[in-house]
This record gives sequence, structure tokens and C-alpha cells, in this order.
Amino acid sequence: MNFLTGVFYMLSVILLFAGFRVVTTRNPVHAALFLVLAFFSAAGIWLTLEAEFLAIALVMVYVGAVMVLFLFVVMMLDINLDRLREGFWQYLPLAGFVSAMLALEMTVVLGSRTFGLSIVPSPQPHPAGYSNTRELGRLLYTDYVYPFELAAVILVVAIVAAIALTMRRRKNTRYQDPARQVKVKREQRVRMMQMPAEKPSSTKT
Amino acid sequence: MMELSYWQHLFGWAWPGVWTLVRIVALVVPLMLAVAYLTYAERKVIGYMQVRIGPNRVGFKGLLQPIADAVKLLMKEIIIPSGSNKFLFVLAPVLTIAPALAAWAVVPFSPQMVLANVDAGLLYIMAITSMGVYGVIIAGWASNSKYAFLGGLRSAAQIVSYEIAMGFALVGVLMAAHSLNLVDIVNAQHGGLLNWYWLPLFPMFLVYLIAGVAETNRAPFDVAEGESEIVAGFHVEYSGMAFAIFFLAEYANMILVATLTSILFLGGWYPLFDIAPFNWIPGIFWLLAKVAFVLFLFLWFRATFPRYRYDQIMRLGWKVFIPITLVWVVVVGAVMQTPLAFLVH
Repeated sequence: MNFLTGVFYMLSVILLFAGFRVVTTRNPVHAALFLVLAFFSAAGIWLTLEAEFLAIALVMVYVGAVMVLFLFVVMMLDINLDRLREGFWQYLPLAGFVSAMLALEMTVVLGSRTFGLSIVPSPQPHPAGYSNTRELGRLLYTDYVYPFELAAVILVVAIVAAIALTMRRRKNTRYQDPARQVKVKREQRVRMMQMPAEKPSSTKT
Repeated sequence: MMELSYWQHLFGWAWPGVWTLVRIVALVVPLMLAVAYLTYAERKVIGYMQVRIGPNRVGFKGLLQPIADAVKLLMKEIIIPSGSNKFLFVLAPVLTIAPALAAWAVVPFSPQMVLANVDAGLLYIMAITSMGVYGVIIAGWASNSKYAFLGGLRSAAQIVSYEIAMGFALVGVLMAAHSLNLVDIVNAQHGGLLNWYWLPLFPMFLVYLIAGVAETNRAPFDVAEGESEIVAGFHVEYSGMAFAIFFLAEYANMILVATLTSILFLGGWYPLFDIAPFNWIPGIFWLLAKVAFVLFLFLWFRATFPRYRYDQIMRLGWKVFIPITLVWVVVVGAVMQTPLAFLVH
């Protein structure tokens, strides 16, 4: 067992523990933080596979952005744990069946006969100077340029749709237009008045 | 080098670990000293800008003031609010300082002086600094205080927004340098003032600098701790050393952003002009001078600008900076396809 294998087992243990705690912990904020830990350990495992671009992108996108927004939402929601747990025993048979099926399917697909070391050997270490980032970029923009751009278009459609679905402009909301604020001239805001220093003696009293 | 091999024999198989540890200590100790004296510099610079003297009681010209502050904070009790989530409350400062220090692992000070000269250094820095937001958001939540929570939310939204603009500014740098390795990026700017990336990537330089101020929650973007509306923001419940850790992290992040600005846009360790009297000075002094200059800008901003309103911060980040950087990425890409490509190297 060399150093890298040790690192792999350490990261895997943390990953499995964190994944387990995501579903078992009672506090939703803790669950979200365990999910962060799971992502981070998964990124570590990818690093040991010399996929540093994917690993760092995982940390940047999921840990740095997605989970922050997720935490945001979870922290602001008023989650009633008792109501979430109400139907636990009622749903258990169905959930158990689904998870058993999932486990079965995964054993069939990922079993040692189809995914074992003899069929999918561990990747050969690349020579020094190999850059996963450069290789990935080259493949994405040459061989896979159309699928890549299609994915980009689909994502843009999703963004536009999400904004269109959730944006609502109330009629009576007031907005500031910074462009107009910047363009304001002195004359529009200040009016110089000439006033006598004393009140002229009034005749009305 | 005789002595080095002596130590190597002494520690045997543990030598690589020990040697890395020694280098980490050699990086972190000067960094912590720099943080301490940055607080002193800040108080002095802002003091003079406001026609005050600043700290001048402890030691000669107040030079021992940061040490006195550190000792005071060490002595103070760490109060854990009774309604707080104790584990996360203690974890939050750790999660703030850890990324602020870990990011330094790939920062080069000269072509040889770098802890880990990794190929994807720029990506590593972006990934690690994006972790810093967790400390703030967890501190805000775990304190169980509405002010801390509001500060945490504000800060998290702000950091996430400006990170995008920052990332796009870095895309420009890596397009120009053809590399993600920080040493290679500096080497690509070989030469004097006019060869550095601040000139061809000027809009990105500005965006990076300003987004850096916003990322570190410094004035005029310090709504996370806007004392006039939410007391002190996310760290209002912290005291003693736990509070000091947040400050250490903030200043370490400031120095990190200043160093990165110097490395990515201001030519790193290359002298101002590549002629005789200037390039006699060792490169590290040039780098430190540039870092000091950018840090001075940070202090200057704080003394000059009033705090942004929250919606204006969001507008600036999303509607101004991101479009600017996106347009400039296209411009750089287009220029690189023309005979004018030498302009962006």
C-alpha cells in the first residue's frame, strides 16, 4: 500500500461518513455542511486521479457557489422537523423498496464482473508535464465542440426560463434608475432663493 | 548545502514532511507579522489622512501597538452565547482562517521561492478563496443573533456575486499568459512597466482590484459589518481570540489579493524598468513593493469612500463588472487572432 492508496482510503472514509450524515443528521444546516464536506472529499479523490481541473471545478462550483446558496435557503427556511418526520414509518416500505432496487442495479452495473480491476484497470500515471486542464480544453473545443456548445445553449435556456418564471414586477414598486441619478444637474435639484434678511413689516396684522 | 544533508540524515524518511513543515512556517510567520503591521499601517495611514497621529504610545512611534493588541486579545475571555450552536460557533473562525492561509501555498515570491509550484495554481487559488465565505455564513448562523445573521447573509451574497467577475478577470489573464501556473504568468510579463498585463487587460485589472476589495469585505464594500445598521455584522457575538482570528483572516486575505494583483497584473518580481539601476534590486523586493502599493490603495479607499448601499453593490457587481469582463474576454480573444496579438502577448 503506497501513500496514494492511503490518501484514497482516508478520503473515501470521510466521503462515506459525510454522505451518511447528510441523510441521518437532524439539523438541516448540519446536513448541508456535511454535503459540503462530501463534495470536498470527492474533489480530493479526483485529484488523486490526476483530474485536477475537474476536482477544482467541483470545489469552485459546488462548494463555492451552489452550496452557499443552498445554505442560504436552508438557514432562512423555518423547517419544522416534526412534520418532516411524520410519515416516516408510512413511507418506509416504499423507500426501502426503491433503495433496494437502486442498490441492486448498482451492483449489477458496477460489480466486479463489469467494472472490476481486470476490465477497468487503474489509470496509468501520466508523464510529468501532462496537464489535465490543457487536455480537457483541447478535447472540449475540438472533438466535442458541438455537444459542448449544445450544453451551453441548454443552460442558457434554463437560466432564461428560471428568471422568466420567478421574476414578477409589482406595479406599485418604485425603482431607482442610477443612470438618471448620475445625469442629474445642479439646476434640477437646487433652487437659489433671494430673500430679504428681515421680514418686511406686514400690513395684515 | 552540507547542513541540509545532515538534517536529511537526521530525520530519515520523515524528511519531506519536516522540510515542507519548515517551509510552511517560514511562510506563515512573516505573513502573520505582515498582518500585525498592516493593522498598524492602516491606523497610521488613515490617521494621517484624517489629520490625526494614530497610535503612538506603545513603543517608538507606537510600533509595538500591534503586539499589545494581540496580547490583549489573547488574554480576553471567549464568550460563547448560550443560544448558539457551540460546535459551529467555534468552527467558523477556523473555516475563515484556513482558506486565507492555504491559498498562500501556490503563491510565488520569485521563480524559485514557491511552496508548491503547481500547474493549476490560479484555479487552486480561486477554489480555495471561494471556501472563505463559509466561515462568515456559519459564524452568522451559529451566533443565533439577528444582526450576525443579516451580516452573514449580506456577506455571502456579496462574495458569491463578486467572485464571478473576479473569475472572468482571471480568464483574461490566463488567455494572455497561456498558462494557469503563477510562475509562468509572471514570466509571460517579462520586461518593464509596459509589458505587464495591467495595460492590455486594463478593464480586468480594475475589476479585479475592486472585486478584491469587495471579496475581502473591506470599505467601501463592508456592508457585512455595517456598524450603523447591523452593529458589527457576522462577528458581533465573538470576543477575544475568536474575534481576532476573523481579523487575521481579513488582513491575510487583503495581503493575498494585493499579492495576486501584483503577480497577475503588475509583473510580479520584474522591475519597473528593465534597465541598469532598477534590475540590480532583487525581484522579491520589487514584488513586496508592489504588494505594499496595492495595500496602500486598500487603505486609501477606506479613508476616502463612503460605504456603498447594498443594492448598489449588487448592481455594480452584476450589471457593470460582469458585462465589462465578458466583453473584454471577447476583445482579448479577437485581438489574439489578428496580427496585433503581440499587444496581449
